Amino acid sequence: MSEADGIVRLRQPIGVEYSWSAGPNATSHLSGLMNGKLIGKRCPSCTLVYFPPRNGVCPKCAAILAEDVEVGPKGTISTFCVVNVPFLGQKVKIPYVAAQIVLDGADISMQHLIQECEADEVRIGMRVEPVWKDRSEWGPTLESIAHFRPTGEPDAALGSKAGES
Amino acid sequence: MSGASIGSLHGDSFVAPLEVAYPYSRTVGTALSRFFTSLKEGRLEGTKGSDGRVYFPPAEFDPQTGEQLTEWVTLPETGHVVTWAWQSTPAPDQPLDRPFAWALIALDGADVPLLHAVDAGSIDAMSTGMAVKVRWAAERGNGITDIACFEPVSDVPGGRS
Amino acid sequence: MRDVAIVATAQRPSQIGTQLTSVELILPVVAEAVKNAGIQRQDVGFWCHGSCDYMSGQPFSFVAAVDAIGAWPPIVESHVEGDGALALYEAWVKLQTGECDIAVVFANGKTTSGPIDRILTLQADPYFVTPLWPGFDAMAALQARACLDAGVVTEEQMAEVAVRSRRDAKSNAVAHLKGDYTVDELLSGPYTTAPLRAHDCSVPVDGANAVVLAADDVARRLAKRPAWIRGIDHRIDTQRLGARSLTTSDSTRIAAEKAGVGRDKVDVAEIYAPYTHQELLLRSAMGLDATTTAINPSGGALVANPAMAAGLARFVEAAEAVFAGRADRAVAHSTSGPCLQQNLVCVMEGD
Repeated sequence: MSEADGIVRLRQPIGVEYSWSAGPNATSHLSGLMNGKLIGKRCPSCTLVYFPPRNGVCPKCAAILAEDVEVGPKGTISTFCVVNVPFLGQKVKIPYVAAQIVLDGADISMQHLIQECEADEVRIGMRVEPVWKDRSEWGPTLESIAHFRPTGEPDAALGSKAGES
Repeated sequence: MSGASIGSLHGDSFVAPLEVAYPYSRTVGTALSRFFTSLKEGRLEGTKGSDGRVYFPPAEFDPQTGEQLTEWVTLPETGHVVTWAWQSTPAPDQPLDRPFAWALIALDGADVPLLHAVDAGSIDAMSTGMAVKVRWAAERGNGITDIACFEPVSDVPGGRS
Repeated sequence: MRDVAIVATAQRPSQIGTQLTSVELILPVVAEAVKNAGIQRQDVGFWCHGSCDYMSGQPFSFVAAVDAIGAWPPIVESHVEGDGALALYEAWVKLQTGECDIAVVFANGKTTSGPIDRILTLQADPYFVTPLWPGFDAMAALQARACLDAGVVTEEQMAEVAVRSRRDAKSNAVAHLKGDYTVDELLSGPYTTAPLRAHDCSVPVDGANAVVLAADDVARRLAKRPAWIRGIDHRIDTQRLGARSLTTSDSTRIAAEKAGVGRDKVDVAEIYAPYTHQELLLRSAMGLDATTTAINPSGGALVANPAMAAGLARFVEAAEAVFAGRADRAVAHSTSGPCLQQNLVCVMEGD
């Protein structure tokens, strides 16, 4: 309890512990990340490939994403930002680049780090590939990948269909 | 971070423990500032409504008219149980870590009761109308939990019903 | 006023410990309700969702939930942080404005992925009650004791509610707890939170359901026998347990009067009573006579309580009774908050 100008401020923390389920439709994607594979999901209706597969549901069609599709491992940067601001819990040395990457064969982008190049070299259309952590650190998470790095290939045009109607 | 700590396969889904916690701190306004300050100082203060009913804890606004309530009443540490329930297995963060009663308790001189715990030891020691008194927390300045709980008053025979 | 009716419904069997996400729970029931109405998703002019983020364990979880209904092209959608029955009320108002002719209401409740008794306590007063973490069961037990002390209910009557609910649930595929029990058998069980025993408290389950509403001629076209909403009202009592009567439910009484419950005979009443004594209080407040009205013929929320979807489930059950001709006039009731703080009452009729 603290007070300023006659007004009391009370600490009232609330916390709840859950058992969080990712749902069966995202399982193959998460299992893939434990095994060094990038597994997306194809919508049976519009045929778009989602990586990551969100809730295992196509938000355009309201359909369960039934079919597993291996995507990448290379991809193309669709947009990015350079992080110069320090914040609590920051794990990477600033400045660094957070980018949206459309993996080859996928129709939506995913977010990851770009490393092994200067921040000012990063550009939309740049080709990148994943750098996996040591196998002993793989888990059901995109953090199994340490970061993405440039492949050195010529820039690519974006092929995402996800924004089209 | 190991894989095991961030989720493992249960049946056909990955399941992980998740804690969602918010470290809220609340500014409580003028009336409740007075109330919580008085609790910290070991006083029990309620407010009186337009119909004469005394609220403890205080009502900030009259439930009948909506007017801000400004008439304060200091109340004693004793009261009686209006209704009660028995918590046989205490849950996390509750006032007591052994079986206890929840009760609506009307302090003597108050008309609208408050919800709090009664450290009765046994369900057999509880009855509607029984007399109880405040047990103050050793450390105060934390809000309603400045009242650690209530305890039966054994030297007041019968209480009220 | 436009004539608005429930024209189709869907609900999924209740489960304990489902590993489906909220989106995966919602998707099939919405698809089924839309199919049952004989319409396409694109025909729906308004979507309204009831759920609780604290139960999902995910702030703004309702934003992700639109994936389950296909927000493409962008749709008209709203969310109520509460039971789906309140979302139905909002959809009814939307239809009354004339802005659309068809609305879909859906609700989901995953009660088993977190400590539901603690989560529901977050609805209580944040200064005086929540810091003590009393739990919903304990607050209901305080109310039950007040009712027992006042002679408004008896433990036998409370057990009778459980016996009837479990027996009626035998014919309901979505119910969880079902079977033949006796009052003596139930009363021989130990108290859980005295004066409540296990049979007095509803079973928290995971569930989802959906309802299609339509107005005027569209409703007549979509359903053989629409469940016309003839009255609907929602009332709330003070949050403060000590400042209201715990042995009556004034908010229910007023809502029932405004909805017109007493204007004619009620064939079926689906009442959201998470505790046995609350069913008795609610019946009395609505003026329902159990000798002429079938009370919770589905088994009610006592046998399966997907909180935040359990109120809308009462609308599903009442509307299905009208569709099937089991009721010419039905009542659906929903409650929210500790000790029946909020109450919504709706009267539906067949043609």
